[in-house]
Amino acid sequence: MQIRDVPQDEAILGDVTEISYALDDQGRYVMVETAGWEPSNVANQQAWDQVLAGIDAVLADVRAGRRSPLAYHMARCQMNAGLLASYAGRSTWVVRRHLKPGPFRRLRDRDRERYAAIFRIPVDQLGVVPPESPKP
Amino acid sequence: MTDSFVHHHSAHCESGVTAGLLTHYGLPMSEAMAFGIGSGLFFAYFPFIRVNGLPMSTFRCAPGGIFRLVAKRLKIGVERRTFGDSQRGMAALDGLLDRGIVVGAQTGVFWLPYFPPALRFHFNAHNIVIFGREAGGYRISDPIIGEPVVCPAADLERARFARGVFAPRGRLYWLTDVPRAIDLTPAILESIRDVSRVMTRTPVPLIGVAGMRYLASSIERWPARLGARRAALYLGQLIRMQEEIGTGGGGFRFIYAAFLQEAAGVLGDARYLDLSARMTAIGDRWRDVAVAGVRHCKGEMRGDVSYADVAALVRECAGLESALFRDLDATARSPR
Repeated sequence: MQIRDVPQDEAILGDVTEISYALDDQGRYVMVETAGWEPSNVANQQAWDQVLAGIDAVLADVRAGRRSPLAYHMARCQMNAGLLASYAGRSTWVVRRHLKPGPFRRLRDRDRERYAAIFRIPVDQLGVVPPESPKP
Repeated sequence: MTDSFVHHHSAHCESGVTAGLLTHYGLPMSEAMAFGIGSGLFFAYFPFIRVNGLPMSTFRCAPGGIFRLVAKRLKIGVERRTFGDSQRGMAALDGLLDRGIVVGAQTGVFWLPYFPPALRFHFNAHNIVIFGREAGGYRISDPIIGEPVVCPAADLERARFARGVFAPRGRLYWLTDVPRAIDLTPAILESIRDVSRVMTRTPVPLIGVAGMRYLASSIERWPARLGARRAALYLGQLIRMQEEIGTGGGGFRFIYAAFLQEAAGVLGDARYLDLSARMTAIGDRWRDVAVAGVRHCKGEMRGDVSYADVAALVRECAGLESALFRDLDATARSPR
């Protein structure tokens, strides 16, 4: 790759640039800043669309009363029950239970505080889900 | 307190941290040289290991390998520590910084507040340099960010003790004993022979050139086995692993070409310039894989580029790398 070939396709990174290795006119390798490259931007966007679609599906479940708001916060933080359990210091089985509306309503304060701290939200926000789906 | 650390914007975090630490302690080294001596180049396709529910492919060695091998091959004394308890881990970090030691740390990017939100996945093998402390938090040189940053203590603590795959457990590493002068030659030759061996002679068909060929035949089967939608996700994951931030482009092949070019100068051996040019051409070919593959991700031009075409490109890369690493191995075994 020559310096003039280093892509500058604006990415979803915003104003962050990455380093690319490219050849200068004398054929020597130099480090060049790149704003992004279309194929990797598309692949990255595809991954985010997957995440957002997952959050959407969970939100629908929460509103329909099939899952608890904990499931929404978990999806928002790109976690699964196993990872959340690891952060909470509880077993995966217990966390899976808390993803159901009934057991979630009966959660003890200590557990609520623990989950809120993991998601970095105030405790009273733990039972709240947004009215709108997240925008990409 | 160490305020003098010079930040270098790099392509890849671990080679950037390794080069930065060595340079700081009096052994100036480029990122490409650290990547090469640390045998950073690799390929493996592990369909049974899932990342975000998709099969894993990798173009680089396992996390931690570059720093470990550079230290070993240059006979640099290093210390590495993990912690069971996050408060003890933070106290140990403070102790090191108070002694003026610049420290490398493994972190999970999801919790780093300065990280571009678009890249905040649960990826736990991100390396940074911590070089000081101030009222607002810790002074951090993150190789893939343009400038040094300050990270609040609570965020750093959480990033160092992130959970999940590759959980860092607060890992810190630092140099304890740096030789005055080093001879890069034996380290370079050893690392080239090592990478060539792994890429062409690993007796597991998932690793090296054989892994690429296995990936190629898998790609051919994806659309029939998975359907268009899921097959496109599989391809997208491959492209992200190859081109996503931290590769320097072309699945690390361009960084390695830069290393070979620098090695030609150090060894005084022009044969490596030719090999570097061939590596560059291979990197360009990998870029073609991404260009062809991404059309499926966008769901357009389905008739234009088939999965078989993408597979053929991967196979071509495998053939080129197979020949290159055989020649590299032979060259490194007959130094001039």
